[in-house]
Amino acid sequence: MAGLPPYASTGQRLWYWSFRAICVAILFFLIVPILVIIPLSFNAEDFFTFTKGMLALDPDAYSLKHYQDFFTNSDWQQALWNSVRIAPVATLIAVVLGTVAAIGLSQPHVPFRGAIMAILISPMIVPLIISAAGMYFFYSRLGIQGTYLGVVLAHAALGIPFVIITVTATLVGFDRSLVRAAANLGANPVRTFFKVQMPLILPGVISGALFAFITSFDEVVVVLFVGSAQQKTLPWQMFIGLREQISPTILAVATILVGISVLLLTTLELLRRRSEKLRGMSPG
Amino acid sequence: MSEANAPMLAADGRPLKKSLQRALRAQKLRALLLIAPLLLFILLSFLLPIGDMLFRSVENQIVPDTLPDTVKDLSEWDSESGNLPDEATFQALYFDLFLAAEAKQHSRLGSRLNYERPGISSLFRSTGRRLDDLGEQYQDVFAGFDPSWEDAGFWFRLMSAQGDDDAARDVLGAERNRVAKLTGIDTGGDIGFVPSATMAELLPRTTREYTAFAVYTVKDKNDVVAEEEPWESVYAALGLDLEAADPSAIAAYSGPGAEVLKAAALQAGQLPVIDYRQAMIDIDEGWGQESNWQTLKLYSGEYTNGYLLNAIDMQKTPEGPELKPEKQRIYIKLFLRTMALSLAITFLCFLLGYPIAFLLATLPLRTSNLIMILVLLPFWTSLLVRTASWKILLQQQGIINDLLVWAGIISNSGRLVMINNATGTIIAMTHILLPFMILPLYSVMKTIPPSYMRAARSLGATDWTAFWRVYFPQTVPGMGAGAILVFILSIGYYITPELVGGTSGIFISNRIAYHISTSLNWGLAAALATMLLVVVLALYWIYDKIVGIDNVKLG
Repeated sequence: MAGLPPYASTGQRLWYWSFRAICVAILFFLIVPILVIIPLSFNAEDFFTFTKGMLALDPDAYSLKHYQDFFTNSDWQQALWNSVRIAPVATLIAVVLGTVAAIGLSQPHVPFRGAIMAILISPMIVPLIISAAGMYFFYSRLGIQGTYLGVVLAHAALGIPFVIITVTATLVGFDRSLVRAAANLGANPVRTFFKVQMPLILPGVISGALFAFITSFDEVVVVLFVGSAQQKTLPWQMFIGLREQISPTILAVATILVGISVLLLTTLELLRRRSEKLRGMSPG
Repeated sequence: MSEANAPMLAADGRPLKKSLQRALRAQKLRALLLIAPLLLFILLSFLLPIGDMLFRSVENQIVPDTLPDTVKDLSEWDSESGNLPDEATFQALYFDLFLAAEAKQHSRLGSRLNYERPGISSLFRSTGRRLDDLGEQYQDVFAGFDPSWEDAGFWFRLMSAQGDDDAARDVLGAERNRVAKLTGIDTGGDIGFVPSATMAELLPRTTREYTAFAVYTVKDKNDVVAEEEPWESVYAALGLDLEAADPSAIAAYSGPGAEVLKAAALQAGQLPVIDYRQAMIDIDEGWGQESNWQTLKLYSGEYTNGYLLNAIDMQKTPEGPELKPEKQRIYIKLFLRTMALSLAITFLCFLLGYPIAFLLATLPLRTSNLIMILVLLPFWTSLLVRTASWKILLQQQGIINDLLVWAGIISNSGRLVMINNATGTIIAMTHILLPFMILPLYSVMKTIPPSYMRAARSLGATDWTAFWRVYFPQTVPGMGAGAILVFILSIGYYITPELVGGTSGIFISNRIAYHISTSLNWGLAAALATMLLVVVLALYWIYDKIVGIDNVKLG
């Protein structure tokens, strides 16, 4: 598929180009729903479709009023503030506990490794509605349902599988003789960890953290059940907006969120390259 | 022992084997210590909550907690005999319900049983309102005997123990327990009242009801027992006790209030003779219907399989579990629909994901990295953004319909309905889950050397044969991984079906959410969740066997 040889028959040529066309169509399906939101969010009208003026590229048909609404409306601002308050703390808990456990799991002799791994990954597999319901009942008993603490703990639990997966994946390529070399040169285990192991697995830790962050930042189901009105996050506010009266402000919020994902994706890509370079897995 | 056979020694003089074993043990311990904090965290924040919820699908404490004596008596009743339960059961029901009504717990029980027998909640509510009348008939007669019977202080002196020797601690303990189970409040600690053992022997029922009254008055209402006139049920209990009491025992009594009690015992003939069965039926004729009693008996255990049976469209009957009437069967259908839609989504993901993964795996790295970004961007974009965008694209005044009308494919009046139905769910979820199919497929395809296809072709295979016989079989593990992952994720989806699914495109998850937050039938929600969880865990297990959870790839 790398290229069409000059001796290709007509049938092969036809197939080659139609396959390309199919792929372009699928990629179009993947990306257009995300891109279409962006111009619509600048709509001067409260419509969810392109107006005649927008298609004619009339500057008057575009406006920033939906953005203005997002930045001035207290509901949205409160939701944004809540999201910003919850996600980093949940991420921190997930990353610290997850990284330590991933290091433990990557030791050569771990009893019940399979079972432990299955348990630690399960928050990713169990349907969110089941986790949400369970946490709602159990956290009510503990008296942390509807509190900041409850939401943070729940989100940390949901983020942990991602940290475990990314960090153990980085540790697979980790050369254990480096640790022995450090010990041989007189470094204690703590120093070895921070000076040798940590810099090498850092890309994995950071990408795990990004996953954990986006999991919490984007999470609706659990926060709907475990949180109360005081913990209303951005996705929660969007969910209500989409279910009840769909307001065009959602488009502005969505555009901002797309911007955030682009940012995260770029960071992740850079990290991946750096990690491969560090581990000598790629030439450049 | 010769030198050669002696165990090899480590530097510290221990046998090497033991030394190595010890080092291994230390290593294992260190690994476990590193994992332990997280394991504990997951246990507390995630596993216990799930276990707690699963437990709710069989838990039925509320019935025996609210009607403890009734349930005990009912266990001896033959529900198929065609007769109502005996007089003793009706008496137990009266006293159980009276306390429950005072604690405002009777309507909760009504709502619980209403899930099993629609309409039964009104029976409990109306009964709760009218229980006072029965006791009042006794109360009036006792007041006629002697005005002391209406005096709170007199009752307190009559029922109280005289010093520690004469205390009925077991009665007090039992009643504390009864009120605690009923109301969920902590009934421990001093209540300023200890029932007298003499009274517990002489007037057992009265002592019980008065003690329950005392515990509840102090613990729930924070009142002083000696200042509160007892409930009507205590008078009813006294009436029953005097009817059954041994006259000589009462005559021998000499404690506080002896004169008044003896006078009442002598005039016991004037007390109303109440048929509790008839009285309860007069309060609400529902108590005369055997079917209500059958429901009560069926759900009288501390644990029940009723919720789980409900979740598969079955119901408990005196003859054993059986299928519900055709019209009420909804959950099996919903499960099947969830499965069918998930399968459709998985299949579509495969159909769309395979070519893209193939393209990614065969293009030069530089180009494929660019395309990879197009795949990863949706993956990283908020779920709600994607759902919102589909909601906007698919609605009847939305962009897709506009385009189709503009292109003349459909008429303005014939705009397609693509949202709030199964179509909307399938389209949006295929888009959302597509990266989960592409990524595992890609990671498998990347490892297939291109020389295999070239070898097949140079041996005379056509392009199609080379692909179908050589390439495709090698991608099966990737397909398996992707398909199971997409299926697992889609079967438990909640947000997208809720927003774009309408009524025909919703999943079992939406029904679970409905029972938790709207109908409040938590037992049924837990039962449905249990069934869903079993399916998901089975798939998870298969996934682990085929792919291995270590090999989950993220981006």
